[in-house]
Amino acid sequence: MAISSLSEAIAAPPRKQVIRRLKERFIESLLFLCAFSCVAVTIAIMVILGTESIGLFKTVSVWEFFTGTEWAPLFEPAKYGILPLVCGTLTTSAIALFVAIPIGTTIALFLSEFASQKVRVWVKPILEILAGVPTVVYGYFALLFVTPLLQLLFPDLPGFNMLAAGLVMGIMIVPQISSMSEDAMRSVPDELREGSYAAGATKLQTAWNVVFPAAFSGVSSSYILGISRAVGETMIVSIAAGLQAKISFNPMDSAATMTAYIVQVSLGDLPHASIGYQTIFAVGFLLVSMTLIFNTIGHWLKRHYREQY
Amino acid sequence: MATSLSPSSTPLSPIQLSVLQRKRSSNLFAVAGIFSIAIALMTLIALVLQLFIQGFPKLNWQFLTSFADPEASLAGVLAALVGSCLVMLVTAATAVPVGIGAGLYLEEYIARNKFSALIEINVTNLAGVPSIVYGLLALGLFKYYFNLGESILTAGLTLALLVLPVVIVATREAIRAIPSSLREAAYAMGASKSQMVFDHLLPYAFGNILTGVIIGLSRAIGETAPLVTIGALTFIAFLPDSPIQSGFPFISFEWLKAPFTVLPIQMFNWVSRPEPEFQVNAAAAGIVLLSLTLMMNSIAIYLRYRIQKNLKW
Repeated sequence: MAISSLSEAIAAPPRKQVIRRLKERFIESLLFLCAFSCVAVTIAIMVILGTESIGLFKTVSVWEFFTGTEWAPLFEPAKYGILPLVCGTLTTSAIALFVAIPIGTTIALFLSEFASQKVRVWVKPILEILAGVPTVVYGYFALLFVTPLLQLLFPDLPGFNMLAAGLVMGIMIVPQISSMSEDAMRSVPDELREGSYAAGATKLQTAWNVVFPAAFSGVSSSYILGISRAVGETMIVSIAAGLQAKISFNPMDSAATMTAYIVQVSLGDLPHASIGYQTIFAVGFLLVSMTLIFNTIGHWLKRHYREQY
Repeated sequence: MATSLSPSSTPLSPIQLSVLQRKRSSNLFAVAGIFSIAIALMTLIALVLQLFIQGFPKLNWQFLTSFADPEASLAGVLAALVGSCLVMLVTAATAVPVGIGAGLYLEEYIARNKFSALIEINVTNLAGVPSIVYGLLALGLFKYYFNLGESILTAGLTLALLVLPVVIVATREAIRAIPSSLREAAYAMGASKSQMVFDHLLPYAFGNILTGVIIGLSRAIGETAPLVTIGALTFIAFLPDSPIQSGFPFISFEWLKAPFTVLPIQMFNWVSRPEPEFQVNAAAAGIVLLSLTLMMNSIAIYLRYRIQKNLKW
């Protein structure tokens, strides 16, 4: 008798149990919606960039868009070749990486292999502060400090130039590269270092020939994410690099990047669905595809080439 | 032959020479490391000095309490300061609950399958999307599709998209650091999953999540590009409606629809003008902006330091 009532109790849970279960389901689906919002944002980015820019390709052929060497969509006669903007983006990014990769890697090697715990505790927050400076402040710094300084060295340097913008952008990326690389280097197990020291290697030889190759997947992924950051950087280049779209790989020139063009057009009041409005979405679409490719390669490198110890 | 054995008076043996050389290059590299850090540090110092030397004379009460003005000497950042605070309010109110919810779901609820891998990739990719692309999304979606206009609400939502991945990642790392014995103890006491998550995990993770949220917001407060694309105005000579009203119903949401400007946009506007007086204004606005972000960053760094010190599992 007692047993049967117990099994009845289990088979027919009281109201409280039902409510509790419903509440659990409700909370879980609410949290699921939160997580799904990320996917929704990604879809929204793709759909909006796609639908808003599709109108442009009714007037301009895709071929002309990607191979044209003149970009003047707001003038008569309008030209829609995106290569000048891509060229500006690549040049400023290259200068930035030329600064950020050597400095970032050196700092990472130094912090992980040479520096004492005390130095590390002080240097890392400083680097974090450098990473936290708003980009518009960096832009101001590039335009009104770095450019005049460079003009002392190169008197012919124009007021807007890719060199100053790229250099400052490089300094901005240093903390990202150094902290990601350092994490990768510090996860290299100590046995490898000890083996190297036992064979008579110095700290530098250990760092360069043992730790760096062992951490290379993490280090290279930090480089690639740095590239993606440089390609997407907006304010520094639109303040300091100039707004003329032209094909030039000379750092001393002024040239517009893809991001600077979007800012330039947005500052004017463009009517919805006009051709200028469509061009910024087309440029944005190319931009997001480029960074997406870099990010995917970066994360893939990190995951698939991780050394197993 | 005998002379080469006595170490002090004779040239060094090849091995000693090699050791010396290698040690020297090792030390040289250490110097290069210190030099690299010095470059970073000097840039930071130069940046702050440049801002202060140019902008400090302008930085007074009048500057903080005046509206933008075509006359450089009369212009101030009041509208931008209030705008930044209100936009941050909207951003925090939307990004924090959604981000924490997403983080909790991804760590505690999700079944490991293809769908979870999809969300995973999504979060990492969203964190890498250039901020100006979020601006384009907001321009197309919020401004023209939802018809929210160039309002504080649009701006807050735009920056919320930007902060969302940061909050999610911070939540996940904080939750992951909590040992599973805590979860098991909660279950052993008969807690349901949501009780375990909200009464046990969340309080323990709170400090670390808060650190991540502050860092995310400090990044958002300095963001310019996405707000430029939705068309933030730079010349605003009024404040939005106060959220707290004297009459019934005491709380008003009219301010959400108000046009706005924010500090970085105001600074961008001043930087891009050729007159040197406006560049002084830009520097002063830069000091205010930099102080805000540095303050938030140092709170975050301090919080993390305290948590790491006190928390021992």
